[in-house]
Amino acid sequence: MTTPTESRQMLSPLEAAPPRVTLWQLFTEFLMIGAISFGGGIVAYERILLIEKRKWLTSDQFMATLAISQTMPGLNSVNLAVLAGDYVRGTLGAIAATLGLILPGTLFVLIAGVAYSQGEDHPMVNLLLAGVAAGATGLLAAITYKIGTNHFRHIQSLAIIIATFVLMSIFKLSLIWVLVIMAPIALFLYRPRKTESASDGSPHG
Amino acid sequence: MSALIHLALTFGMLSLLAVGGGTAVLPEMQTVLAQQFNIDHTTFVHVYSIGQLAPGPNMMMVLVFGFQIAGLVGAGVVLLSFFLPSSILCLSVGRLWVRIGERPWRRALQNALEPISIGLMCSGVYAVAKSAIIGPLTLGMAVVTLLVIVFTRINPVFMILGIGGAGAALMHFFGLK
Repeated sequence: MTTPTESRQMLSPLEAAPPRVTLWQLFTEFLMIGAISFGGGIVAYERILLIEKRKWLTSDQFMATLAISQTMPGLNSVNLAVLAGDYVRGTLGAIAATLGLILPGTLFVLIAGVAYSQGEDHPMVNLLLAGVAAGATGLLAAITYKIGTNHFRHIQSLAIIIATFVLMSIFKLSLIWVLVIMAPIALFLYRPRKTESASDGSPHG
Repeated sequence: MSALIHLALTFGMLSLLAVGGGTAVLPEMQTVLAQQFNIDHTTFVHVYSIGQLAPGPNMMMVLVFGFQIAGLVGAGVVLLSFFLPSSILCLSVGRLWVRIGERPWRRALQNALEPISIGLMCSGVYAVAKSAIIGPLTLGMAVVTLLVIVFTRINPVFMILGIGGAGAALMHFFGLK
């Protein structure tokens, strides 16, 4: 969630002296998030850790970091761990935070994946997976709806959403071509304007 | 060896194209894995679903594809190639940002990428649904899950496990799909 007032003073606070934190602390705090954040919403856990629990970042610094995480490619939660880790302990801090965040999920999917690869033809396993897959489809649709809800009502955004979907799913272009076509168009439509600066609210949070 | 390089290039590319988060590359990943690595759509959706039950970032399931294609080494290659390029890019740009400060065009870029990323997520829903929705039962389950997650605060993991178990029982005892 971004507010229109945030845009100006966003990044200057990042230059303040970072708090003293050990690499081990960074690793274990993010490890905890990586282990307990079932069902998404990791950015919310990271917000609580960074602003409230450890106060490694101020609220403004967090919003600035989140904005960069969302603008750059990659997973928002991972990008946020990279930037927060880098802010408190440099490159090693970025590595420690990211490793902590992804370690529990890595172990989970490897164990589950090995089990799946070996029991693939078991009829009961297949039924359960078919059921979970139907649920996961609903979940993905729900996440898409929640993130997109403001954009679906906005004619300009809706046009970009539909065009992107048609190029990707109907014309079956490869992703890089979809981006080569759509990014310049969208950037032109959303180019910075002098009059209505930062008036476009973002639903990401 | 060449399979590992192919894997690294594929997931490295996906890493850098993941605008607005990992889910944006789902449709591309499904296509590429089917065409170049012989991972059929049903397997893709099964692995994706297992991944949704995992803690942490929601794309860790990419490691399972690496494992299926080239064993544990493959999983390691996918881990590095899917997370390293975007992380290095984010780290470098993040540092640059501290120096140059906020600019109107960063907000413009984020605003422009958001609807594209949502369009790609819609393609992801479509791609996953094509393999996961195999009849009226699975369609109903997906719709119920969608509504429950949008309108309540239930943890999605419990929801998809619960509905998955119930659905599996219905499929088993009544032969529904």
